[in-house]
Amino acid sequence: MHPFDYVAATSIAEVNSILAQHGNRARPLVGGTDLLVQLRGGRFDLDAVVDIKGVPEANVLELNGALKMGSAVPLAVMYEDQAVRDAYPGLIDCAELIGGIQIQSRASMAANLCNSTPSGDTICPMIVHSAQVNITGANGDRTVAVEDFCTGPGRNVLEDGEWVLDIVFPAPASGFGAAYERFIPRNEMDIAVAGAASSVTLDGSGKITDALVALASVGPTPVFVTAITDLLVGKEPTEENFVAAGKIAYDAVSPISDMRGTIEQRRHLSGVLTRRTLTKATERAKAG
Amino acid sequence: MVDKVHVKTTINGQEYEFLVEPYMSLLETLRDVLNLTGTKEGCNDGNCGACTVEMNGRIVDSCCVLGAEVNGGTINTIEGMATAEGLHPLQQAFLEEAALQCGICTPGFLISAKSLLEREPDADEHRIRYWLAGNLCRCTGYDKIIKAVQKTQATA
Ligand SMILES: Cc1cc2nc3c(=O)[nH]c(=O)nc-3n(C[C@H](O)[C@H](O)[C@H](O)COP(=O)(O)OP(=O)(O)OC[C@H]3O[C@@H](n4cnc5c(N)ncnc54)[C@H](O)[C@@H]3O)c2cc1C
Ligand code: FES
Ligand code: FES
Repeated sequence: MHPFDYVAATSIAEVNSILAQHGNRARPLVGGTDLLVQLRGGRFDLDAVVDIKGVPEANVLELNGALKMGSAVPLAVMYEDQAVRDAYPGLIDCAELIGGIQIQSRASMAANLCNSTPSGDTICPMIVHSAQVNITGANGDRTVAVEDFCTGPGRNVLEDGEWVLDIVFPAPASGFGAAYERFIPRNEMDIAVAGAASSVTLDGSGKITDALVALASVGPTPVFVTAITDLLVGKEPTEENFVAAGKIAYDAVSPISDMRGTIEQRRHLSGVLTRRTLTKATERAKAG
Repeated sequence: MVDKVHVKTTINGQEYEFLVEPYMSLLETLRDVLNLTGTKEGCNDGNCGACTVEMNGRIVDSCCVLGAEVNGGTINTIEGMATAEGLHPLQQAFLEEAALQCGICTPGFLISAKSLLEREPDADEHRIRYWLAGNLCRCTGYDKIIKAVQKTQATA
Protein backbone atom coordinates (compact mmCIF):
# COMPACT_ATOMS: atom_id res chain seq x y z
CA MET A 1 0.00 0.00 0.00
CA HIS A 2 1.27 3.46 -0.92
CA PRO A 3 2.02 5.35 2.34
CA PHE A 4 -0.37 8.22 3.02
CA ASP A 5 -0.60 10.95 5.65
CA TYR A 6 -3.47 11.17 8.09
CA VAL A 7 -4.94 14.54 9.00
CA ALA A 8 -7.55 14.84 11.73
CA ALA A 9 -9.26 18.03 10.56
CA THR A 10 -11.23 20.12 13.03
CA SER A 11 -12.70 22.77 10.70
CA ILE A 12 -14.21 23.09 7.24
CA ALA A 13 -11.35 25.41 6.24
CA GLU A 14 -8.79 22.78 7.21
CA VAL A 15 -10.49 20.09 5.09
CA ASN A 16 -10.71 22.54 2.18
CA SER A 17 -7.05 23.42 2.40
CA ILE A 18 -5.81 19.80 2.53
CA LEU A 19 -8.03 18.77 -0.37
CA ALA A 20 -6.99 21.84 -2.39
CA GLN A 21 -3.34 21.11 -1.71
CA HIS A 22 -3.47 17.46 -2.86
CA GLY A 23 -6.07 17.53 -5.67
CA ASN A 24 -7.18 13.98 -6.38
CA ARG A 25 -4.37 12.58 -4.19
CA ALA A 26 -6.38 13.21 -0.98
CA ARG A 27 -9.84 12.11 0.09
CA PRO A 28 -12.10 12.55 3.10
CA LEU A 29 -12.31 9.70 5.61
CA VAL A 30 -15.40 8.90 7.66
CA GLY A 31 -15.92 5.25 8.59
CA GLY A 32 -13.17 3.94 6.34
CA THR A 33 -15.28 0.86 5.54
CA ASP A 34 -14.91 1.57 1.83
CA LEU A 35 -11.86 3.82 1.70
CA LEU A 36 -9.38 1.80 3.78
CA VAL A 37 -10.44 -1.46 2.15
CA GLN A 38 -10.01 0.07 -1.32
CA LEU A 39 -6.62 1.57 -0.48
CA ARG A 40 -5.41 -1.71 0.93
CA GLY A 41 -6.71 -3.53 -2.13
CA GLY A 42 -4.66 -1.22 -4.38
CA ARG A 43 -7.73 0.23 -6.13
CA PHE A 44 -6.00 3.65 -6.08
CA ASP A 45 -3.25 5.47 -4.18
CA LEU A 46 -3.51 8.57 -2.02
CA ASP A 47 -0.98 10.88 -0.42
CA ALA A 48 -3.35 11.91 2.38
CA VAL A 49 -6.66 11.08 3.99
CA VAL A 50 -8.56 13.82 5.80
CA ASP A 51 -10.58 12.60 8.75
CA ILE A 52 -13.67 14.84 8.82
CA LYS A 53 -15.19 13.31 11.99
CA GLY A 54 -13.72 16.15 14.07
CA VAL A 55 -15.43 18.87 12.01
CA PRO A 56 -18.43 20.07 14.07
CA GLU A 57 -20.60 20.94 11.01
CA ALA A 58 -20.13 17.41 9.64
CA ASN A 59 -21.51 15.93 12.86
CA VAL A 60 -24.80 17.82 12.94
CA LEU A 61 -27.97 15.74 13.24
CA GLU A 62 -30.70 18.31 13.42
CA LEU A 63 -34.40 17.58 13.10
CA ASN A 64 -36.30 20.81 12.83
CA GLY A 65 -39.13 20.00 10.46
CA ALA A 66 -36.47 19.19 7.88
CA LEU A 67 -33.57 16.89 8.77
CA LYS A 68 -29.99 18.06 8.37
CA MET A 69 -27.51 15.19 8.56
CA GLY A 70 -23.80 15.95 8.68
CA SER A 71 -21.64 13.86 6.36
CA ALA A 72 -19.77 12.23 9.27
CA VAL A 73 -22.83 11.07 11.27
CA PRO A 74 -22.60 7.28 11.65
CA LEU A 75 -25.63 5.23 10.63
CA ALA A 76 -26.01 3.95 14.21
CA VAL A 77 -26.14 7.45 15.68
CA MET A 78 -28.83 8.36 13.20
CA TYR A 79 -31.00 5.27 13.72
CA GLU A 80 -30.68 5.38 17.51
CA ASP A 81 -32.28 8.86 17.49
CA GLN A 82 -35.95 8.21 18.29
CA ALA A 83 -37.24 11.44 16.71
CA VAL A 84 -35.41 10.64 13.45
CA ARG A 85 -36.75 7.07 13.54
CA ASP A 86 -40.31 8.35 13.92
CA ALA A 87 -40.02 10.95 11.17
CA TYR A 88 -38.07 8.96 8.55
CA PRO A 89 -38.78 5.20 8.78
CA GLY A 90 -37.85 4.91 5.10
CA LEU A 91 -34.29 6.00 5.92
CA ILE A 92 -34.08 3.70 8.92
CA ASP A 93 -34.92 0.77 6.58
CA CYS A 94 -31.62 1.18 4.74
CA ALA A 95 -29.43 2.30 7.67
CA GLU A 96 -30.19 -0.86 9.64
CA LEU A 97 -29.35 -3.26 6.84
CA ILE A 98 -25.90 -1.98 5.87
CA GLY A 99 -23.13 -4.33 6.99
CA GLY A 100 -23.24 -5.40 10.64
CA ILE A 101 -23.21 -3.33 13.84
CA GLN A 102 -19.45 -2.74 13.48
CA ILE A 103 -19.97 -1.14 10.06
CA GLN A 104 -23.07 0.80 11.14
CA SER A 105 -21.12 2.24 14.08
CA ARG A 106 -18.70 3.96 11.70
CA ALA A 107 -20.17 4.35 8.23
CA SER A 108 -22.18 7.41 7.19
CA MET A 109 -24.91 7.92 4.59
CA ALA A 110 -22.97 10.70 2.89
CA ALA A 111 -19.93 8.44 2.51
CA ASN A 112 -22.15 5.69 1.06
CA LEU A 113 -23.34 8.30 -1.46
CA CYS A 114 -19.79 9.52 -2.18
CA ASN A 115 -18.63 5.96 -2.77
CA SER A 116 -21.29 6.01 -5.51
CA THR A 117 -21.72 2.30 -6.19
CA PRO A 118 -25.04 1.46 -7.87
CA SER A 119 -25.67 -0.98 -4.99
CA GLY A 120 -25.22 1.70 -2.30
CA ASP A 121 -28.21 1.04 -0.04
CA THR A 122 -28.74 4.60 1.20
CA ILE A 123 -28.78 6.35 -2.17
CA CYS A 124 -32.21 5.32 -3.48
CA PRO A 125 -33.93 6.03 -0.13
CA MET A 126 -32.35 9.50 -0.15
CA ILE A 127 -33.61 10.08 -3.72
CA VAL A 128 -37.23 9.27 -2.84
CA HIS A 129 -36.98 11.62 0.16
CA SER A 130 -35.97 14.40 -2.30
CA ALA A 131 -32.75 14.96 -0.36
CA GLN A 132 -30.32 17.73 -1.29
CA VAL A 133 -26.54 17.38 -0.99
CA ASN A 134 -24.60 20.41 0.26
CA ILE A 135 -21.15 20.42 -1.30
CA THR A 136 -18.31 22.64 -0.15
CA GLY A 137 -14.68 23.26 -1.08
CA ALA A 138 -12.05 25.94 -1.46
CA ASN A 139 -13.85 27.29 -4.54
CA GLY A 140 -17.23 27.72 -2.85
CA ASP A 141 -20.46 25.92 -2.06
CA ARG A 142 -23.16 24.35 -4.21
CA THR A 143 -26.20 22.14 -3.72
CA VAL A 144 -27.06 19.11 -5.85
CA ALA A 145 -30.13 16.83 -5.68
CA VAL A 146 -29.18 13.26 -4.68
CA GLU A 147 -30.61 11.90 -7.95
CA ASP A 148 -28.12 14.04 -9.89
CA PHE A 149 -25.11 13.13 -7.74
CA CYS A 150 -23.90 9.77 -9.13
CA THR A 151 -22.58 9.76 -12.69
CA GLY A 152 -21.31 6.19 -13.06
CA PRO A 153 -20.08 3.23 -10.99
CA GLY A 154 -17.85 4.84 -8.34
CA ARG A 155 -18.16 8.23 -10.02
CA ASN A 156 -20.02 11.40 -9.01
CA VAL A 157 -20.27 15.14 -9.59
CA LEU A 158 -17.61 16.08 -6.99
CA GLU A 159 -14.69 17.98 -8.51
CA ASP A 160 -11.18 17.75 -7.04
CA GLY A 161 -11.17 19.68 -3.79
CA GLU A 162 -14.92 19.36 -3.24
CA TRP A 163 -16.54 17.34 -0.48
CA VAL A 164 -19.99 16.82 1.01
CA LEU A 165 -20.70 18.80 4.15
CA ASP A 166 -24.24 17.61 4.87
CA ILE A 167 -27.45 16.27 3.38
CA VAL A 168 -30.83 17.91 3.94
CA PHE A 169 -34.11 15.99 3.88
CA PRO A 170 -37.24 18.11 3.50
CA ALA A 171 -39.84 17.79 6.24
CA PRO A 172 -42.15 14.89 5.32
CA ALA A 173 -45.43 16.34 3.96
CA SER A 174 -48.59 15.16 5.69
CA GLY A 175 -49.66 11.94 4.00
CA PHE A 176 -46.02 11.06 3.11
CA GLY A 177 -44.59 7.56 3.55
CA ALA A 178 -41.44 5.84 2.30
CA ALA A 179 -39.82 2.40 2.35
CA TYR A 180 -36.70 0.57 1.14
CA GLU A 181 -36.19 -3.13 0.52
CA ARG A 182 -33.38 -5.06 -1.09
CA PHE A 183 -32.95 -8.65 -2.16
CA ILE A 184 -29.89 -10.55 -0.92
CA PRO A 185 -29.36 -14.31 -0.78
CA ARG A 186 -28.39 -14.15 2.93
CA ASN A 187 -30.24 -12.54 5.85
CA GLU A 188 -27.55 -9.95 6.59
CA MET A 189 -24.14 -8.76 5.46
CA ASP A 190 -24.37 -8.88 1.68
CA ILE A 191 -24.56 -6.58 -1.32
CA ALA A 192 -27.95 -5.99 -2.93
CA VAL A 193 -28.79 -8.09 -6.00
CA ALA A 194 -31.44 -5.41 -6.46
CA GLY A 195 -33.08 -2.84 -4.21
CA ALA A 196 -36.03 -0.46 -4.43
CA ALA A 197 -36.97 2.69 -2.55
CA SER A 198 -40.42 4.21 -2.87
CA SER A 199 -42.19 7.20 -1.41
CA VAL A 200 -45.86 8.04 -1.70
CA THR A 201 -47.79 11.17 -0.77
CA LEU A 202 -51.57 10.89 -0.38
CA ASP A 203 -54.11 13.72 -0.24
CA GLY A 204 -57.06 13.85 2.19
CA SER A 205 -59.19 11.66 -0.08
CA GLY A 206 -56.46 9.00 -0.31
CA LYS A 207 -55.38 9.80 -3.89
CA ILE A 208 -51.69 9.84 -4.81
CA THR A 209 -50.29 13.37 -5.20
CA ASP A 210 -46.69 12.24 -5.54
CA ALA A 211 -44.86 8.92 -5.92
CA LEU A 212 -41.09 8.52 -6.29
CA VAL A 213 -39.30 5.25 -7.05
CA ALA A 214 -35.54 4.63 -7.30
CA LEU A 215 -33.80 1.30 -7.90
CA ALA A 216 -30.41 0.04 -6.72
CA SER A 217 -27.96 -2.40 -8.33
CA VAL A 218 -29.78 -2.45 -11.66
CA GLY A 219 -27.79 0.08 -13.69
CA PRO A 220 -24.50 2.01 -13.71
CA THR A 221 -26.02 4.49 -11.23
CA PRO A 222 -29.10 4.34 -9.01
CA VAL A 223 -32.10 4.44 -11.38
CA PHE A 224 -34.72 7.12 -10.65
CA VAL A 225 -37.84 6.01 -12.54
CA THR A 226 -39.81 9.22 -13.16
CA ALA A 227 -42.20 7.40 -15.51
CA ILE A 228 -43.67 5.77 -12.39
CA THR A 229 -44.39 9.23 -10.94
CA ASP A 230 -46.19 10.14 -14.17
CA LEU A 231 -48.21 6.93 -14.00
CA LEU A 232 -49.27 7.15 -10.37
CA VAL A 233 -50.00 10.83 -9.70
CA GLY A 234 -53.76 11.37 -9.50
CA LYS A 235 -54.47 7.65 -9.09
CA GLU A 236 -55.56 5.49 -6.17
CA PRO A 237 -52.87 3.49 -4.32
CA THR A 238 -54.24 0.13 -5.49
CA GLU A 239 -52.49 -3.20 -6.00
CA GLU A 240 -53.33 -2.97 -9.71
CA ASN A 241 -51.64 0.43 -10.09
CA PHE A 242 -48.58 -0.75 -8.16
CA VAL A 243 -48.28 -3.84 -10.38
CA ALA A 244 -48.34 -1.48 -13.37
CA ALA A 245 -45.60 0.58 -11.70
CA GLY A 246 -43.58 -2.62 -11.25
CA LYS A 247 -43.88 -3.30 -15.01
CA ILE A 248 -42.45 0.15 -15.72
CA ALA A 249 -39.57 -0.59 -13.33
CA TYR A 250 -38.94 -3.91 -15.11
CA ASP A 251 -38.49 -2.06 -18.40
CA ALA A 252 -36.67 1.00 -17.03
CA VAL A 253 -33.65 -0.75 -15.55
CA SER A 254 -30.46 -1.76 -17.36
CA PRO A 255 -28.84 -4.38 -15.14
CA ILE A 256 -25.84 -6.59 -15.85
CA SER A 257 -25.37 -10.28 -15.08
CA ASP A 258 -22.69 -11.07 -12.53
CA MET A 259 -22.00 -13.55 -9.73
CA ARG A 260 -24.85 -12.06 -7.66
CA GLY A 261 -27.61 -12.29 -10.22
CA THR A 262 -28.66 -12.35 -13.84
CA ILE A 263 -30.20 -9.58 -15.93
CA GLU A 264 -33.58 -11.33 -15.95
CA GLN A 265 -33.56 -11.92 -12.16
CA ARG A 266 -32.68 -8.28 -11.54
CA ARG A 267 -35.46 -7.02 -13.84
CA HIS A 268 -37.92 -9.31 -12.11
CA LEU A 269 -36.76 -8.14 -8.67
CA SER A 270 -37.04 -4.51 -9.74
CA GLY A 271 -40.71 -5.06 -10.50
CA VAL A 272 -41.46 -7.02 -7.34
CA LEU A 273 -39.57 -4.69 -5.00
CA THR A 274 -41.17 -1.63 -6.61
CA ARG A 275 -44.64 -3.03 -5.93
CA ARG A 276 -43.73 -4.08 -2.37
CA THR A 277 -42.11 -0.81 -1.36
CA LEU A 278 -44.94 1.25 -2.89
CA THR A 279 -47.36 -0.82 -0.80
CA LYS A 280 -45.32 -0.37 2.38
CA ALA A 281 -44.83 3.35 1.71
CA THR A 282 -48.60 3.68 1.31
CA GLU A 283 -49.22 1.92 4.64
CA ARG A 284 -46.82 4.34 6.29
CA ALA A 285 -48.40 7.31 4.51
CA LYS A 286 -51.80 6.29 5.87
CA ALA A 287 -50.47 5.65 9.39
CA GLY A 288 -48.42 8.85 9.56
CA MET B 1 7.86 9.60 2.99
CA VAL B 2 5.27 10.25 5.64
CA ASP B 3 5.93 11.02 9.27
CA LYS B 4 4.77 8.86 12.11
CA VAL B 5 1.85 10.14 14.13
CA HIS B 6 1.94 10.63 17.87
CA VAL B 7 -1.02 8.92 19.57
CA LYS B 8 -2.24 9.07 23.17
CA THR B 9 -5.09 6.77 24.03
CA THR B 10 -6.64 4.71 26.80
CA ILE B 11 -6.72 0.97 26.17
CA ASN B 12 -8.41 -1.30 28.71
CA GLY B 13 -8.24 1.50 31.26
CA GLN B 14 -4.52 2.04 30.82
CA GLU B 15 -2.86 5.09 29.22
CA TYR B 16 -0.78 4.40 26.11
CA GLU B 17 1.44 6.81 24.19
CA PHE B 18 3.13 5.71 20.98
CA LEU B 19 4.16 6.59 17.42
CA VAL B 20 2.45 4.91 14.50
CA GLU B 21 2.64 5.05 10.71
CA PRO B 22 -0.36 7.15 9.59
CA TYR B 23 -1.55 4.44 7.16
CA MET B 24 -1.42 1.59 9.68
CA SER B 25 -4.74 0.07 10.76
CA LEU B 26 -5.78 -0.03 14.39
CA LEU B 27 -5.59 -3.82 14.12
CA GLU B 28 -1.92 -3.68 13.04
CA THR B 29 -1.27 -1.02 15.66
CA LEU B 30 -2.65 -3.17 18.45
CA ARG B 31 -0.90 -6.32 17.33
CA ASP B 32 2.40 -5.11 15.89
CA VAL B 33 3.09 -1.87 17.73
CA LEU B 34 1.52 -2.51 21.13
CA ASN B 35 1.86 -6.31 21.24
CA LEU B 36 -1.80 -6.70 22.12
CA THR B 37 -2.23 -9.79 19.97
CA GLY B 38 -5.51 -10.98 21.46
CA THR B 39 -7.38 -9.15 18.71
CA LYS B 40 -7.31 -11.35 15.61
CA GLU B 41 -7.12 -10.78 11.88
CA GLY B 42 -9.46 -12.80 9.68
CA CYS B 43 -10.25 -11.03 6.42
CA ASN B 44 -8.63 -7.60 6.87
CA ASP B 45 -11.51 -6.04 4.92
CA GLY B 46 -14.42 -5.52 7.31
CA ASN B 47 -16.32 -8.73 6.68
CA CYS B 48 -15.48 -11.18 9.45
CA GLY B 49 -15.44 -9.22 12.74
CA ALA B 50 -12.48 -11.18 14.16
CA CYS B 51 -10.77 -7.83 14.74
CA THR B 52 -13.70 -6.29 16.66
CA VAL B 53 -12.78 -3.90 19.46
CA GLU B 54 -14.82 -1.31 21.32
CA MET B 55 -13.87 2.24 20.36
CA ASN B 56 -15.41 5.20 22.20
CA GLY B 57 -18.32 3.04 23.33
CA ARG B 58 -19.13 1.36 20.01
CA ILE B 59 -17.91 -1.85 18.43
CA VAL B 60 -15.85 -1.43 15.27
CA ASP B 61 -13.76 -3.59 12.95
CA SER B 62 -10.24 -2.49 13.90
CA CYS B 63 -8.98 -3.42 10.42
CA CYS B 64 -11.17 -0.59 9.06
CA VAL B 65 -9.86 2.03 11.51
CA LEU B 66 -6.48 3.77 11.35
CA GLY B 67 -4.31 3.55 14.45
CA ALA B 68 -3.89 7.32 14.24
CA GLU B 69 -7.65 7.78 14.57
CA VAL B 70 -7.73 6.62 18.19
CA ASN B 71 -5.75 9.60 19.46
CA GLY B 72 -7.66 10.90 22.48
CA GLY B 73 -10.04 7.94 22.37
CA THR B 74 -10.89 4.95 24.52
CA ILE B 75 -10.39 1.39 23.31
CA ASN B 76 -11.43 -1.88 24.93
CA THR B 77 -9.96 -5.13 23.65
CA ILE B 78 -10.17 -8.78 24.64
CA GLU B 79 -7.12 -8.33 26.91
CA GLY B 80 -9.30 -6.18 29.19
CA MET B 81 -12.14 -8.65 29.55
CA ALA B 82 -10.96 -11.02 32.27
CA THR B 83 -10.03 -9.49 35.62
CA ALA B 84 -7.77 -10.61 38.45
CA GLU B 85 -10.88 -12.20 39.96
CA GLY B 86 -11.43 -14.42 36.95
CA LEU B 87 -13.00 -14.74 33.54
CA HIS B 88 -15.82 -12.49 32.36
CA PRO B 89 -19.16 -14.36 32.57
CA LEU B 90 -19.32 -14.46 28.77
CA GLN B 91 -15.88 -16.08 28.57
CA GLN B 92 -16.96 -18.64 31.17
CA ALA B 93 -20.16 -19.39 29.25
CA PHE B 94 -18.24 -19.75 25.95
CA LEU B 95 -16.06 -22.39 27.64
CA GLU B 96 -18.98 -24.24 29.21
CA GLU B 97 -21.04 -24.24 26.00
CA ALA B 98 -18.05 -25.17 23.78
CA ALA B 99 -18.72 -22.01 21.76
CA LEU B 100 -15.29 -22.11 20.14
CA GLN B 101 -13.12 -24.49 18.19
CA CYS B 102 -10.14 -22.87 16.46
CA GLY B 103 -10.78 -19.68 18.46
CA ILE B 104 -9.84 -17.13 15.82
CA CYS B 105 -13.31 -15.57 15.88
CA THR B 106 -13.72 -15.76 19.66
CA PRO B 107 -12.20 -12.44 20.82
CA GLY B 108 -14.37 -10.61 18.29
CA PHE B 109 -17.53 -12.45 19.33
CA LEU B 110 -16.82 -11.79 23.00
CA ILE B 111 -16.30 -8.06 22.49
CA SER B 112 -19.45 -7.80 20.35
CA ALA B 113 -21.57 -9.85 22.76
CA LYS B 114 -20.33 -7.88 25.77
CA SER B 115 -21.31 -4.63 24.09
CA LEU B 116 -24.79 -6.01 23.33
CA LEU B 117 -25.42 -7.26 26.87
CA GLU B 118 -24.28 -3.95 28.34
CA ARG B 119 -26.70 -2.05 26.10
CA GLU B 120 -29.56 -4.54 25.96
CA PRO B 121 -29.32 -7.12 28.76
CA ASP B 122 -32.65 -8.69 27.71
CA ALA B 123 -31.94 -9.00 23.99
CA ASP B 124 -33.90 -11.92 22.52
CA GLU B 125 -32.42 -14.59 20.26
CA HIS B 126 -33.33 -12.73 17.08
CA ARG B 127 -31.65 -9.57 18.37
CA ILE B 128 -28.55 -11.48 19.48
CA ARG B 129 -28.23 -13.08 16.05
CA TYR B 130 -28.69 -9.71 14.32
CA TRP B 131 -26.15 -8.00 16.59
CA LEU B 132 -23.60 -10.75 15.95
CA ALA B 133 -24.17 -10.85 12.17
CA GLY B 134 -20.93 -8.89 11.67
CA ASN B 135 -18.96 -11.70 13.31
CA LEU B 136 -18.27 -14.82 11.26
CA CYS B 137 -17.33 -18.26 12.57
CA ARG B 138 -16.15 -21.04 10.29
CA CYS B 139 -16.17 -23.73 12.98
CA THR B 140 -19.06 -23.75 15.43
CA GLY B 141 -22.14 -23.19 13.30
CA TYR B 142 -23.16 -20.27 15.56
CA ASP B 143 -25.77 -22.07 17.69
CA LYS B 144 -23.33 -22.72 20.52
CA ILE B 145 -22.24 -19.09 20.49
CA ILE B 146 -25.86 -17.91 20.73
CA LYS B 147 -26.50 -20.41 23.56
CA ALA B 148 -23.46 -19.13 25.45
CA VAL B 149 -24.72 -15.55 25.20
CA GLN B 150 -28.17 -16.65 26.40
CA LYS B 151 -26.64 -18.61 29.27
CA THR B 152 -24.78 -15.47 30.33
CA GLN B 153 -28.07 -13.57 30.32
CA ALA B 154 -29.74 -16.26 32.39
CA THR B 155 -27.02 -16.29 35.05
CA ALA B 156 -26.59 -12.51 35.21
C1 LIG C 1 -18.52 -5.88 5.63
C2 LIG C 1 -19.08 -4.75 4.85
C3 LIG C 1 -20.43 -4.73 4.56
C4 LIG C 1 -20.98 -3.68 3.84
N1 LIG C 1 -22.31 -3.72 3.58
C5 LIG C 1 -22.86 -2.73 2.84
C6 LIG C 1 -24.26 -2.77 2.54
O1 LIG C 1 -24.99 -3.67 2.97
N2 LIG C 1 -24.76 -1.78 1.77
C7 LIG C 1 -23.98 -0.75 1.30
O2 LIG C 1 -24.50 0.12 0.62
N3 LIG C 1 -22.67 -0.70 1.58
C8 LIG C 1 -22.10 -1.66 2.33
N4 LIG C 1 -20.75 -1.61 2.61
C9 LIG C 1 -19.94 -0.52 2.06
C10 LIG C 1 -19.70 0.64 3.06
O3 LIG C 1 -19.77 0.21 4.39
C11 LIG C 1 -20.73 1.77 2.86
O4 LIG C 1 -20.62 2.28 1.55
C12 LIG C 1 -20.56 2.90 3.89
O5 LIG C 1 -21.70 3.72 3.90
C13 LIG C 1 -19.34 3.76 3.64
O6 LIG C 1 -19.26 4.70 4.68
P1 LIG C 1 -17.88 5.05 5.40
O7 LIG C 1 -18.18 6.18 6.30
O8 LIG C 1 -17.24 3.89 5.97
O9 LIG C 1 -17.06 5.56 4.12
P2 LIG C 1 -15.52 5.85 3.88
O10 LIG C 1 -14.82 4.58 3.55
O11 LIG C 1 -14.97 6.68 4.95
O12 LIG C 1 -15.66 6.73 2.55
C14 LIG C 1 -16.21 6.19 1.35
C15 LIG C 1 -15.83 7.05 0.16
O13 LIG C 1 -16.50 8.29 0.21
C16 LIG C 1 -15.57 9.36 0.30
N5 LIG C 1 -16.13 10.31 1.24
C17 LIG C 1 -16.50 10.05 2.53
N6 LIG C 1 -17.06 11.14 3.07
C18 LIG C 1 -17.03 12.10 2.12
C19 LIG C 1 -17.47 13.44 2.10
N7 LIG C 1 -18.05 14.01 3.15
N8 LIG C 1 -17.31 14.16 0.95
C20 LIG C 1 -16.73 13.57 -0.13
N9 LIG C 1 -16.30 12.30 -0.17
C21 LIG C 1 -16.44 11.57 0.95
C22 LIG C 1 -14.28 8.74 0.77
O14 LIG C 1 -13.16 9.52 0.40
C23 LIG C 1 -14.34 7.39 0.10
O15 LIG C 1 -13.96 7.51 -1.25
C24 LIG C 1 -20.16 -2.64 3.36
C25 LIG C 1 -18.80 -2.63 3.66
C26 LIG C 1 -18.25 -3.67 4.40
C27 LIG C 1 -16.78 -3.65 4.71
S1 FES D 1 -10.18 -8.81 10.08
FE1 FES D 1 -11.35 -7.03 10.39
S2 FES D 1 -13.31 -7.66 9.82
FE2 FES D 1 -12.12 -9.37 9.31
S1 FES E 1 -14.10 -21.11 16.32
FE1 FES E 1 -13.02 -21.20 14.46
S2 FES E 1 -13.83 -19.50 13.39
FE2 FES E 1 -15.06 -19.56 15.13
